[in-house]
Amino acid sequence: MSQSPRWFAVRQALTKKQVTTLTLLSFFLPILLWSLVSYVPFLWHPKVEIVESGSITWLKPGMLVDQEVFAEQQRLATEQESALPQGTGANPIYLPAPHEVAIAFYAAFATEPTRSSEQWLHESLWHSIQIIFWGFTLSSLIGVPLGVLCGTYVAISRLHEPFIEFFRYLPAPAFGALAVAILGIHDGPKIAIIFIGTFFQQVLIIANTTRKLDVALVEAALTLGAKKFQLLFRVVIPGILPDLYRDQRILLGWAWTYLIVAELIGTSSGITWFITQQARYKNFDNVYAAIIMIGIIGVVSDILLAKLGKRLFPWEKEQVKA
Amino acid sequence: MTTIELPSYLDKSEAVSARFEKLKQREVILEVKHLGKQFNSQQGPVTALKDINFKTHRREFVCVIGPSGCGKSTLIRILAGLESPSSGEVLLDNKPVFEPGPDRGMVFQGYTLFPWLSVKENVMFGLQMQGATKATAESEALNWIELVGLERFADAYPHQLSGGMKQRVAIARALANKPRILLMDEPFGALDAQTRSKMQANLIEIWRNIDITVLFITHDLDEAIYLADRILVLKANPGEVEELIEVSVPRPRHSGQIISPEFLATKKRLEELIHPPSEEDEADGLHMIRMAHVGDDVEVME
Repeated sequence: MSQSPRWFAVRQALTKKQVTTLTLLSFFLPILLWSLVSYVPFLWHPKVEIVESGSITWLKPGMLVDQEVFAEQQRLATEQESALPQGTGANPIYLPAPHEVAIAFYAAFATEPTRSSEQWLHESLWHSIQIIFWGFTLSSLIGVPLGVLCGTYVAISRLHEPFIEFFRYLPAPAFGALAVAILGIHDGPKIAIIFIGTFFQQVLIIANTTRKLDVALVEAALTLGAKKFQLLFRVVIPGILPDLYRDQRILLGWAWTYLIVAELIGTSSGITWFITQQARYKNFDNVYAAIIMIGIIGVVSDILLAKLGKRLFPWEKEQVKA
Repeated sequence: MTTIELPSYLDKSEAVSARFEKLKQREVILEVKHLGKQFNSQQGPVTALKDINFKTHRREFVCVIGPSGCGKSTLIRILAGLESPSSGEVLLDNKPVFEPGPDRGMVFQGYTLFPWLSVKENVMFGLQMQGATKATAESEALNWIELVGLERFADAYPHQLSGGMKQRVAIARALANKPRILLMDEPFGALDAQTRSKMQANLIEIWRNIDITVLFITHDLDEAIYLADRILVLKANPGEVEELIEVSVPRPRHSGQIISPEFLATKKRLEELIHPPSEEDEADGLHMIRMAHVGDDVEVME
């Protein structure tokens, strides 16, 4: 007799079906909440969208007014026994309905920009991805080797880590003006902000990961005759590779969080330019579309990197899926 | 219960005495002279080892046994060169050793196989560190893997192996360097009883077939008697040599000997040394409380 699947057993694995269901639900529930607020009139709808102005001339069709204001105008119209303004409940402009965002999402990719100087959404996105790529790559080129050396040799750690420990508390955006003064107004300072935001954390995290390597493996290598650099290149580095790869995935996520600030520095560019521009025109459906796009890029790239990691490190024990 | 009269563990036939005389004539591989080790702890300096002296001869199998805290792990780590002694010296082939090296192979309790290397690559590691080419290292490694009977698993990763298999790889890996002595720090301590006795038989078999001297740390009395030519008994606080026992159980050894008079006599002596009856022990004894509802229908045997 098979037992029906249990949902709440402490730290016990779920069945595949349960995991799929919950994964879908985790996206479906927020969308459901959003849809309810958007489409069910009495749930929130603090505004009134004017359908007919009636006798109140300043109310124009399509306008959004507060419910109290609308009620006041209706009362006035009733007192003067003139035509009543008509309207329907609506949400504020900053909360577009799901279908509006979906349309904007499609339109942003399918419609040509209105001005020739403007970029397509995918061009803005590509520009942002390049900023992240260069910032993160430059940081990794120095940060990963330095982190590994700090974790391997106490002397190198003592020489670098106290300063890095101090520097990582300085918020990266604080260096914005300085970066512009040194590197100009284009991509230079943006890459620098991503670099500053990533580098110092990276050295410390990777140094820690390196220190977590079981010292018994180093001792075993010593008794097998390994010396100096053999220990570093044949034991320490291969020993930490899977964890280092995982750290890099997490750090890449952090690099994305610095993107918006970085792109505001100097001449605004990339996805941030798109978002601020659309927000200025109150096209909040486009703003949501762009934000969701960033999320999709992040999740998809992380899933791809996780899959790649499994291929790269076949000796890693099967990870229990969360 | 009647007690069986055991011979003294010192009683030896002439053949056995001759065996040990011959053993001591062999060249000395490892010599430990006045070895001492102090640690600085928060409660002040602690003496872990004090004036340890012993020799191991070529192809001898020595077990080191002692209560927990007697410093047997510290001793083997000093021999391997992973820690330095506070006083005294360790001589390998009459030359002092200061640091780890491939002339002393080590097998740790925690396997310590490199998880990113296959079984074959693990065994090749030491040879390659010594500068052997990949092809040479590979063919030699395969010989050692065959010796420990794991040829079917040459390309497996360590996480795919059982504990006993992992330890066999670790032994092959240490032996591949052709060390002068094999140091083993409670290598079978983490294995279940069946695997452990199989591994002991395996190890004896390997030891008989190649020219290797073994120093083996254990806290298991049966294991020590089954494996060793001589047993170095340490006592705790500070770690000192209590006695060096010559095991009179004849070779080749087999599991049936565990109830032979020589075996039991040696074991009795070891127990006296390691668990000496003292007043302290009695004070430590559990207070047995008889639960009212337990054993009402169980006959009490007195």
